[in-house]
This record gives sequence, structure tokens and C-alpha cells, in this order.
Amino acid sequence: MATTGHTVKAFDSDLGQIRGLVSEMGGRAEAAIAASIEALARLDLDTAARIVEEDRKIDELEAEVERQVIRLIALRAPMADDLRDAVAALKISGVIERIGDYAKNIAKRVPLLAELRNSEPMAILPAMARSVSDMVRGALDAYAARDAKAAVLVQESDRHVDDFYNSLFRTLLTYMMENPTSITQSAHLLFIAKNLERIGDHATNIAEMVYFAATGDQLVDRPRGPDPYAAMAERT
Amino acid sequence: MERIGFTAVMGVLALSSGLALAIAAGSEPLGITAGVLGGVGLTLLLWLARMWASTEIGPARDAVPAASPSPSEPRVEDVLGAVDDPLLLVEGRQVVRANAAAIAALGEHVVDDDIRLAIRHPAATELLTRDGHAGGSVELIGLGDADRVWTLSVLPLGPTTRLVRLSDHSATRATERMRVDFVANASHELRTPLASLIGFIETLEDANGPDDATIRIRFLAIMAGEARRMQRLVDDLISLSRIEADKHRAPADAVPLGALARETADTLRGSRSDAARITLAIEDGLPPVSGDRAQLSQLLHNLIGNALKYGDAAKPVRVSVARDAGGMVRLAVADEGDGIPPRHLPRLTERFYRVDPGRSRAAGGTGLGLAIVKHIVERHRGRLDIASTQGVGTTVTVLLPALVEARNAAAAE
Repeated sequence: MATTGHTVKAFDSDLGQIRGLVSEMGGRAEAAIAASIEALARLDLDTAARIVEEDRKIDELEAEVERQVIRLIALRAPMADDLRDAVAALKISGVIERIGDYAKNIAKRVPLLAELRNSEPMAILPAMARSVSDMVRGALDAYAARDAKAAVLVQESDRHVDDFYNSLFRTLLTYMMENPTSITQSAHLLFIAKNLERIGDHATNIAEMVYFAATGDQLVDRPRGPDPYAAMAERT
Repeated sequence: MERIGFTAVMGVLALSSGLALAIAAGSEPLGITAGVLGGVGLTLLLWLARMWASTEIGPARDAVPAASPSPSEPRVEDVLGAVDDPLLLVEGRQVVRANAAAIAALGEHVVDDDIRLAIRHPAATELLTRDGHAGGSVELIGLGDADRVWTLSVLPLGPTTRLVRLSDHSATRATERMRVDFVANASHELRTPLASLIGFIETLEDANGPDDATIRIRFLAIMAGEARRMQRLVDDLISLSRIEADKHRAPADAVPLGALARETADTLRGSRSDAARITLAIEDGLPPVSGDRAQLSQLLHNLIGNALKYGDAAKPVRVSVARDAGGMVRLAVADEGDGIPPRHLPRLTERFYRVDPGRSRAAGGTGLGLAIVKHIVERHRGRLDIASTQGVGTTVTVLLPALVEARNAAAAE
């Protein structure tokens, strides 16, 4: 904020405080994603339980961001880029809260997956999670740096995550056909993959808000590839 | 003087925000006039406020901790800048100074930002926002990059001022991981050729005896092939671990990618008969990329080699090097052939992942080619994209930062 300091210094510190809270939420959500996948890979029930517990802090932070943004808008009536900043913080905190929920959801499934330890799908999930984490990190870094260009890159990498999801979907279908006894567990894995895919979409949403806050323009939706579901319907 | 400049900048900003507001409100001429007037009013107000602030209260922003009291004493910035580890001076929750290492690691925006924006990690947040502003240290995994390990230490310097230091332990961790990985996948991959070598040796010893020359020659040829494959595997593993060990140190030599592509194509043409299919399209006046020549040459060898191996033997392999948006240079290697089924695409850069294990082994592949390419691209802070259409062909695109841009960025920092 050094270059665009406001006459009322309290405004800068209010906005800085809100951005700090959003970033803190983001850090917690990132950690939750990484920890949930690690818990899954090692079937670490303690870590899984801790993630579920810590999601509360993300929820509390969201409420705090909301309170402070409303207060800022009410007291200071921000305009132009300041208003965009405030609105973006509000929306991004909502999105991060969802990301935290998805990570929690993954953690909740860990105790149900004891027997799938060495299956092929379990080998793909960590790679997909890494790709998703990279997107979330990219989006939050772009937020911290107000970097519209970096936000565009995040949007572009969503395609990789979609590829992962489609690849996993097929692998899991095959796996279920070959191992009918493990259908319950495979279904859980499918939900985990879906959760990761949704986190990727939410990272894109954050990137869109960052772009909007930085430029005032809407980031045009990336061109969708051929509909994966249509292709699947043909084959299955 | 600086203050007047500052006010001028603010005035322009206020004007433009007034304009933006007017345009947002609807682009009637009246609205625009009102917006401009508002902007002018705001500028005046701002200027008055600054004048008032400078006379009544004195410097506000510039007053934060101690810049050079006497010529003999070194300035705080210089002291911070002389340390290689990232250092941040934090006042309350706001970063007031960051040395060059911190800016390189965390981004230019950190100065004057909230500390939670600069270092986004729950463990760090707990330590840094804890009441009482105590000191202490904590290990941070995944700050800036999933594989990086930092130790963050906080040293209280005053009632609200603290010095935050980050030290990097990524290299130690990378070495450890490499050892684990090597044992995990190399032992498995080396077993296959070893098993067949032993099998052939036993057969030669037992069944056919020393007299059967034709069988012996055939077996020896197979054994030599397997032994060479093992050698290539070991070579690839070694180069992979070298690249990984250097991963966090971006290479900065000027490498003319176009010339290097031409050179690689020539070498390949000299060593293998199918390399006549390579066609080159290199844009004129390309800026050099910021890179490591040996590694980029390996990247080109692997990509063009793959295209020759898996593309249709009657169709060309097109290599192009051109300028791309955002100060990048784009290298594309395209083949025409069967292509790769989409479900394999996300996993191609995994170590030892093969679309068709039989075909890859028959072609002498180690299963590490694209993993090496990926790591080289990551080390060069570039981007890798593999697109493939079944029945049409595969195009691998690599974006690498041009050197000129890197220099400008450094100057801007």
C-alpha cells in the first residue's frame, strides 16, 4: 500500500488487516489440503482428525473477514479500487472457506479407506493434489502481490487438474469393475478426486477475483475443452 | 520534494478514480464532468491534507525505524542487505523493511504489507501474531513451493519491532528425499534388465555349452543391449538427481535456444538415420533465454528423441522456436502419429510412467525422459505443456523466460 496510501491512515491499516486475514485463511486452507492428502497417503487418522478440528478456525476467520469488510464499507465508504478490494476480500474469504470444507471432507474419508493402500488410484491422487495445491498457492500469491498476470496463469492451469480428474475417473471405473468388493472404497476415492477438482475450480474463482480487484475488469472464462462427460458417456 | 511528488501521484490517482467512478456510473457527459470535478476536488483536498500533515505532525510514513543517524554508522538497509538469508523487519504486524533475499523469496509486494500476506503459513501466523510479541522459531514446510523447508526465527527488537529471519533447508531435505526415491524406484527398474542378464548368462552356462556360436552371439547382443539400457537408466537417474538438487537455484546464463535447437538437430542427424525427418523453424532475432546450456541441450535431445521414437516414421518432426507473450521464448516439438490417449497425459512426467511399457522398452526408453524435461523446465522457471490428439499427433510446448526480461525484473526490484 506504500504507493497509494490514503490520507486517512486508518483506512490503510483496516484494509491491510482484512487482506492479512484473508491471506491467513488461505495459508490455513493450503495447509489443510496438503495435510489431508498426506493423511490419506499414510492413513494417518490423527492428522485427519486434526484437520477436521482446525477447519473451525477457517470458519471463524471467514466470519471475522465478513465483519471487518462490512464495517469498512459502512464507516469509510470505499470507492473504485478500494471498493473492489473490499468486495474481493469478502468473496475470496467465502471461496477459501469452501476450499477448507473440501479438505475437511477429504480428511473425513481417510478412516474409511484402510484397504486401498497400494491401488493405482492411490498413486494418482497425490499428484493431482499437488497440481491443485499449486493452483491454490498461485492464486493466493497473486492475491498477496495483486498480480493480474499471475491470476491468468492460475486460470490456465485448471485444465491440468481437469485432465487428472478425467484420468482418475476412468482408472477408478476400471478398478471398480475388476474389484467389485472394493466399490465402497473406490466411491470414496472418486469423491476425493471430485473434491480436489472442485478446489481447483475455486482456485480459479480466487484468481478471477484477484484479476477483478487489480484491473477492474472481469477475467473472461477460459475456453472449455471438449466436454469430458460426453466423451465418457460414449465409452461407458 | 518527495512529498510534492507523492501528492502529485495521489492527485493523478484521485483524478483517475474519479473518472473511473464517473464511467462506472454511466457514461453521460454530465456524469463524466461530475467525476472529473470530484477528482479535482479530491486532489485539492489531498494536497491540503498533506500540507497540513507535514506541518502539524511531521513525516508520518518515513519515520519508521531509524535510517542512518550518523555517517559512521551503517544504515539499517545496508546491514539487512548484507545478509544472504531473507530478513524482514516487522513493526506490529506490518513489514517495514525487507532485504533483497526476502524480496527474491517472497515477492516485491511484501514491504508495507501485513506480515500474514508476506508469509502465508499457519505456523508462522501463530508465532507472529501471538500476543506479547515473543520470539521463537518454527519450521515451515511448503512456503513458496511445496518442497521448500524453511526455519523461521523471530527476534524481538523493541516493544513492537521484531526481526524475522528465514533460513532455507530445502537442499538437505531434497537430498534425503532423493535417497528414498532412488531406493524406491531405481531398484525396481534396475531389477528387470538385471534379471534378464542373469537369465541369459545362466542359459549360456548350462544348456548350449561353449560350442554353440550362433546362440552365443545372439545372446551376447541381447545382453549388451540390456546392459546399455541399465547404463542409460543410471545416467538418467544421476542427471535427474543433479537437476533436482539445483532446483531452487535458477540458472542465469544466456543461452541462444534457436542455435541450440539447430545444433541438437545436427547432432541427432549425425547419430541416427531417422533424424532426417526433423524440420526446424526458428524465428529471427530471438532473445537468448536465461538458462543452463547443458540442461537445455538435454531437454532438446529428450523431446526431439521422443518425437522421433513415437511419431510416424514417414512424417516430419517439427521443431519451432519463437517469441511468446510476456517475455518468454516458446519451443514446440510436434510429431504426427498415433498420439497419446488423454487419460495418460497428466501422468506422462512421472518417473517410470509409460503409456505402453513394451513399446517404450523396445525403443530403449528409460521412462525418465519426460521427468527430466519437467524438472529442467521447473528449474528454469518455465512452463511445460503436452497436448495430444489421438490419430493426429503430439505437441510438446516449453516456455522459457527470455534473459532480457529477467534483467529488467532484477532492475525493477
